[in-house]
Amino acid sequence: MAERIAIVGVGQTHHKSKRPDVTTAELCAEAVEDALEDAQMTMKEIDNIVMGSFEVADGYYSPDKWIIPEIGAVGKSGFELQNVGTTGGVVAAASFNIAATGLFDAVLCLAWQKMDEAAGAFGRGGGGANEYWTGQFPMSPITNFARRTYAYMDRSGCTEEHIAMVRVKQDQCAMKNEYAQLRLGLTLEKVMNDVLLAWPIRRLHMCPTTAGAAACIVCPEAKAKKVTNKPVWVEDWLTCHQGGALTMAEDPTSSTLRYACDVVYKRHGITDPKKEIQAWEVYEPASPAELRWIEEVGICEDYTAWKLFEQNKVGIDKEIPFNPSGGVTATNPIGATPVVRLVEAALQVRGDAGEHQIPGNIERALATGYGGQGENVIMLLRKSL
Amino acid sequence: MARRVGIVAVAQTKFEERKSTLHTGELMYDVTRDVMGQTGLEFKEGGIDSTVAASYDLLSGPAGAYMFLGYVVGAYQREDERVLEDGSTAVYYGAMQILSDHCDTVLLVAYTKESAVDKNMYEWVGMDQIYQRRVGLDFVSAAGLQAMRYTTKYGITPEQCAKVVVKSRKNAGNNPFAMCCDNLTVDDVLRSAMLCDPIRVQEAKPVPVDGACAIILASEEKAKKITDKPVWITGIGTCYDHHELGWRDLADCDALTTAAQRAYKMAKITNPLKELDLAEVSEQYSYQELLWSEGLGFCSKGEGGKLIDSGKTEMGGELPTNPSGGMLSGIPVCVAGMQRVVECVLQLRGEAGARQVSGAKKAVAHGVDGPAGQLHCVITLEN
Repeated sequence: MAERIAIVGVGQTHHKSKRPDVTTAELCAEAVEDALEDAQMTMKEIDNIVMGSFEVADGYYSPDKWIIPEIGAVGKSGFELQNVGTTGGVVAAASFNIAATGLFDAVLCLAWQKMDEAAGAFGRGGGGANEYWTGQFPMSPITNFARRTYAYMDRSGCTEEHIAMVRVKQDQCAMKNEYAQLRLGLTLEKVMNDVLLAWPIRRLHMCPTTAGAAACIVCPEAKAKKVTNKPVWVEDWLTCHQGGALTMAEDPTSSTLRYACDVVYKRHGITDPKKEIQAWEVYEPASPAELRWIEEVGICEDYTAWKLFEQNKVGIDKEIPFNPSGGVTATNPIGATPVVRLVEAALQVRGDAGEHQIPGNIERALATGYGGQGENVIMLLRKSL
Repeated sequence: MARRVGIVAVAQTKFEERKSTLHTGELMYDVTRDVMGQTGLEFKEGGIDSTVAASYDLLSGPAGAYMFLGYVVGAYQREDERVLEDGSTAVYYGAMQILSDHCDTVLLVAYTKESAVDKNMYEWVGMDQIYQRRVGLDFVSAAGLQAMRYTTKYGITPEQCAKVVVKSRKNAGNNPFAMCCDNLTVDDVLRSAMLCDPIRVQEAKPVPVDGACAIILASEEKAKKITDKPVWITGIGTCYDHHELGWRDLADCDALTTAAQRAYKMAKITNPLKELDLAEVSEQYSYQELLWSEGLGFCSKGEGGKLIDSGKTEMGGELPTNPSGGMLSGIPVCVAGMQRVVECVLQLRGEAGARQVSGAKKAVAHGVDGPAGQLHCVITLEN
């Protein structure tokens, strides 16, 4: 890196399924104000803004143009990015890249989604797939995860009950996070008896539709040290996409999450991620995905993660603190979701996560973004330099 | 800029009204494989580190068509990002990826099939939901308002605007990639039907146009190894203006002035008219070349009309502007800004054929996005 960089402020909205009281731009302004307040900065000090949402899901074009005036950023440098589900991850990666050039003092990373305003099924489902191949199938996130979960159960011995355990764990975490959307007080029985969408996926297993925004402020080292005494250093990041062909995602050796983790771990000499990374905020769009992701980030062997849930080892104050915020099944403003992960991971590193703070020293945290076609973005945060 | 970013390869398609036989992925394939062939770089270790696409989902049909890079072009399991702005912004971001030391080589691609969509429809959804969309404003009517305000405030004549079109179409005759090259006269332009007062049909970019372009960027050390004719990015700048048309004086383009100053400061350019050898600007409408020339500092505010009258922006003039024919000769939106950079690179390498500006050493490329020029991006280049 040309410059070492740190996150000096984070912000997010209270995520809800509907926000009829605000426009998309006003929703963004809430997250930006929250981040600026957290960093004790004003918009005057920000000189570059990167932003994005999965705009097809919201049904508009070029929203950055009318959000910029609303957040008081006319005259600033910046641009909008979008990589479908991983949008927030790519926006964060762009803010890291721009801050690391050292050309700017402070970069604002902003992502949002206001799903109460549009019928997003087209963009989130078949519309996101290749029009000639996978787009020809009635493939949506629901059927996609049903297929993959079935394959996982078949290979691993995991049962429906284990998947329900994952969902209950996620809800227990969300209950402690005031920003989370779904805080339901679930029991195994409730999950097991929930409406079936596509076996084995029940409604509670899928991420909800959310109106929400998240923001963070990234500065090069010199500025970061001036702004805050609790900088969260961005150790590394990697966007890794494979694009379109769903079949490729089936082979565990070609998983982009595994690949991206391998690259980043190697660059920083991480050999035992379970020990060396103390907090995980990983984008699981459906509860069973969490099982596969736990394996792919290197916490346990392939097809054994369900046993960790059986042994009650996953949770905020347990051996594996995976998604202490409640994760994506509780809150999913698609485009913003990876930035929500980043915000939550940064709060964990700072020790500011409140009720869902993981006990003990959090030296490293890993946040990810995920896209339905197998895209992944890895963001590795660190407390000390 | 402390370090330089090199452009080591460029490619573009022929721009045509309808490339109906080409799927978006195939459109991308042609230009990306072209630049990869020029450099010998492949999608593997030590090859291309990252890809940045520029496109709009609403313009290309399928959500996230940039993903064709994955399995049509072969950019599999690597850094892959996409900007939703004009292609110039992808160049801006690609350069940032290299300046941050995160990547050594970045492949950029911009693609658009305007023939697949209704340009007015998506430009209408580009207006804010509450105030401007409800009165039916789209980018054409926004440009009409801007043209009216600009020409009225500064006394720019219809003839001066028409001259821009005549120049563009004439220059396009030297450009084998251009779509429209004809010997229009000022009279022809002024006699064409009214599109959006005071903009006439011939004064607007032809619609639809399909096409794509690609670029490979490399860090200074790597660029020198890849090619003996690297073109350097010496300065980059972007700037947002107000969205609400009533909140800015449409006769001026303050955001462009700021973006240009940001780029010129990095490149240490103080007198662009004298120091630059050519300019490629994004003008969707005739008046824009005049107004953008002011923002880019080629003349002072309100002097755009005099600038075209002086002949300085003609081929052979002091600062030939759009030797390629520019957008008025038919370049799709989104591709336009990146294609301006492609044209500048060809000029600075001395490979621009009949449209070559002799001895070109420094150039500026300009891209714009949003209604009435809301987001500008300026890139200065040097050989």
